[in-house]
Amino acid sequence: MDDIDRRIINRLQGGFPICEHPYREAARELGIGEEELIERLEKMLEDRRLSRFGPMYHAEKLGGGLSLCAMAIPEEKFDTVAEQVNTFPEVAHNYARDHQLNMWFVLATETPERIGEVLEEIERVTGYRVYNMPKLEEFYVGLRFEL
Amino acid sequence: MIDTLDRAIIEATQAGLPLVAEPYEAVAESVGCSAGEVMSRMQRMLEQGIIRRIGAVPNHYVLGFRGNGMSVWDVPDKKIAHYGRLIGELDFVSHAYHRPRHLPHWPYNLFAMVHGRDREEVMEKVEQIARLLGKDNRGHQVLFSTRILKKTGLRLGASR
Repeated sequence: MDDIDRRIINRLQGGFPICEHPYREAARELGIGEEELIERLEKMLEDRRLSRFGPMYHAEKLGGGLSLCAMAIPEEKFDTVAEQVNTFPEVAHNYARDHQLNMWFVLATETPERIGEVLEEIERVTGYRVYNMPKLEEFYVGLRFEL
Repeated sequence: MIDTLDRAIIEATQAGLPLVAEPYEAVAESVGCSAGEVMSRMQRMLEQGIIRRIGAVPNHYVLGFRGNGMSVWDVPDKKIAHYGRLIGELDFVSHAYHRPRHLPHWPYNLFAMVHGRDREEVMEKVEQIARLLGKDNRGHQVLFSTRILKKTGLRLGASR
């Protein structure tokens, strides 16, 4: 990780230009060449220092449903239930967390109405309650990441 | 709000922008329109907030920020917008949301994802939030993830 990579990460988390030669323009502001910027981005994507490069879309504004859900699953049933929950294609990610509510997953559906239906299906299949925690208001999303 | 061509552009770019000199031209070729059309539509989606931003998404875990805790807070409903914005302004917070309580098991209505190099640093930062809330902090917890059970990311059309 050298100074230039650091500068790319610190300065290019947003504001990438929309124009014919955006890498050239972004590179100029970083004081490097267009090819060097592209090569460095490729390298950082390859070694996973960057998980993505491009537009970040706002899921709800695309018309879909999105919610955070939690479940309290007894230790001995945990793996079985995790498997049942993960089978649903609407479950985008799922994390085990150290709390009585020990399973936390994000549901992403084609329509907002589908959220309730999928929740009910998950409750029926697993036999455990799903706590639905959709966001009521968003205050901030992003990470001003300074290296 | 979005039509078929917008949708095609979203599908073509949600995994990333092509790393070529003229990336919008490359997207245009794959969806079958002009680069000008792609650029003006992306500009419009950016202005409408459909695109949050365009740029690099760092992988904080690989970059050494191994600690991330979901801090949850019970604050008075009337003040939640005020505190939500204040907490959202902290540079170690990546997400701040108002979510519903589930009483009596779950009294927390404010969620803030806190990042640090390790758990210890996360806990120090959580203390910083606690100080900021003062008496309006009626209780909080930090939930660390112990295992990733599934991670496919959000994909338009993933459920079809």
